[in-house]
Amino acid sequence: MSKTTYVEAIRQGIWEEMERDESVFVMGEDVAVYGGAFKITKGMLERFGEMRVIDTPLSESAIVGAGTGAAINGLRPVLEMQFADFMACGFDQITNFAAKCRYRWQQAIPMVIRAPGGGNIHGGPFHSQNVEMPYVHTPGLKVVQPATAYDAKGLIKAAIRDNDPVIFLEHKYLYRSVKEELPTEDYTVPLSKAKTQREGEDLSIITYGWMVHVALEAAERLAGEGISIEVLDLRTLAPLDRRSILETCKKTSKAILLHEDTLTGGLGGEVAGIIAEHAFDYLDGPLLRITAPDTPVPFSETLEKAFLPNADEIVKKARWLYRF
Amino acid sequence: MSAPVLAHLRTEFDRGLCHRFLYYMLMMRELEERIELKLYRQGKVVGGCYTGRGQEAIPVGSAVLSQPGDWLTPSHRDMAALLIRGITPREILAQYMGRATGLTKGRDGNMHMGCAERHCVPIISSIGASIPVAGGLALAMRYRGESNIVFNYSGDGASSRGDWHEGLNMAAVMDLPIVYLCNNNLFAYSTPLDKQMNVCDIVDRVAGYGIPAEIVDGNDVLAVYEASKRAVEHARSGKGPYFIECKTFRMSGHSAHDPADYVPNSLREEWSRKDPILMLQKYMVEELGADERDFVNVRKQVLSEIEEAVDWALEQPFPDPSTLEDDVYESI
Repeated sequence: MSKTTYVEAIRQGIWEEMERDESVFVMGEDVAVYGGAFKITKGMLERFGEMRVIDTPLSESAIVGAGTGAAINGLRPVLEMQFADFMACGFDQITNFAAKCRYRWQQAIPMVIRAPGGGNIHGGPFHSQNVEMPYVHTPGLKVVQPATAYDAKGLIKAAIRDNDPVIFLEHKYLYRSVKEELPTEDYTVPLSKAKTQREGEDLSIITYGWMVHVALEAAERLAGEGISIEVLDLRTLAPLDRRSILETCKKTSKAILLHEDTLTGGLGGEVAGIIAEHAFDYLDGPLLRITAPDTPVPFSETLEKAFLPNADEIVKKARWLYRF
Repeated sequence: MSAPVLAHLRTEFDRGLCHRFLYYMLMMRELEERIELKLYRQGKVVGGCYTGRGQEAIPVGSAVLSQPGDWLTPSHRDMAALLIRGITPREILAQYMGRATGLTKGRDGNMHMGCAERHCVPIISSIGASIPVAGGLALAMRYRGESNIVFNYSGDGASSRGDWHEGLNMAAVMDLPIVYLCNNNLFAYSTPLDKQMNVCDIVDRVAGYGIPAEIVDGNDVLAVYEASKRAVEHARSGKGPYFIECKTFRMSGHSAHDPADYVPNSLREEWSRKDPILMLQKYMVEELGADERDFVNVRKQVLSEIEEAVDWALEQPFPDPSTLEDDVYESI
């Protein structure tokens, strides 16, 4: 059986939902004729036609606004932001309107906004950012970031079937760097459920996205030293799976909060708050954050490498925390 | 500032239709007066309080043409559009008073209300944001092959927002069935038109998007109605969007707290002579042989409905604080 890449898994997930439900359609810049900047929507125009695969002008705010209007009027839009960085151009529509419809007038917005983010691809300040936090901070939005091909397919399908607006963050570096065999039958992965990607006893690394793989690499190296690491993949960043966060902390009593996003106001701080409030008595060491520094994402290879968290840094800090 | 265009072709308007116009314009006027000049000052309505005094002809002359399957995105000076869609004075007052039985269950205030069943999207406070949303509502209509259309309402201020431009452009290239009604009331809050744009008319901006547009006297409900009829026919027959700029004037401050002392007295006096309700009544007397007593009766009916609705709304419960976290998500 052949392996499916992360990018292909997302494509398959959307495709299957479009086959399953006529109200599902895709819209964005260069998604129809060109098949999308990352080829997620390749072949969809030919299969589903121009009514369901829609090229738009370069207008992120109008894309989100029109998606929200279509969702109000009975459709299930899957919108593509060409890069997560440019979702900022639709920020008002997302946070001031789409996120608040259910609260203001009991109106469901079953809409997915797909946004490729993340670095390690030499994208520089405008094509590498991790933009999750403003959306995580907006009540009414769900925010998802898969780390594996299995989860990418299962989560995009669950997001499309969900009746709330979902920001679906895809990691560009993972698009073609991870692959696995996928089930042939229909499946979804539930939102707001974290997943233990590696069982361990001594220390928990709580993370998401590409950093799941970096954490697993560090865990493998530390296993050789007799340090047993548990890796919890959050998968959904809002609303958070608080129970799984607390369970892993109660189990190992030590936690590292790891993300590719910058430090200040990053998700690590929120997770640390949850642990401090609800599992303080279980902790045998300080909560550590390993994140990118508070700078824009740099372009040049040496700078980008220095910016991104890496396995060496994790190994070093995990050793210190283990011995604490 | 260009002068409003007054001339238009008068066709025969029957008495029934004119009475309908009069009823909704008076209901909007009197209901808003009651809210702003009484309930707000008595502290029974709190927060913002925006009225469309002097602009009633615009929502009335257009929304009466809406069909049940159409969608409307009214702005904050378009209360009559909600009334025409069947939203009652009771519901409007409960909303203004923040009661649990208001359309937003106390989650939002003043004119920030809508209703999915009656196809009214509540105003998005970042003015102009409703333009792309109207596009999506219309897109879904075309998706299903319907002949329904969207009535989008905004003002001159909205035309300076990026969303306005993105939304009009997208609707144009996609040929979406939308009728845009722009109330150009010469001021965006306190900022006069000549500090908002360097062209004479909003339609000059619209021209850049290839959308047919016309200017009407927004204080003449018959003119608004006739233009809306042309626009509705255009959009319903699949010819794409259509834009109507309604020249009008805001006979109040931006909201209840605003004395609008930045408005020259001469301008206010000039426009007070063009009150849309008096203009309609004059037409009804001169062209349809209506009697002043008819107007008195309509007003009496409106005031008695408002009286009853105010009494009802004041009895409505405030939202239970335990519902604070409801309706953020469908489920977690």
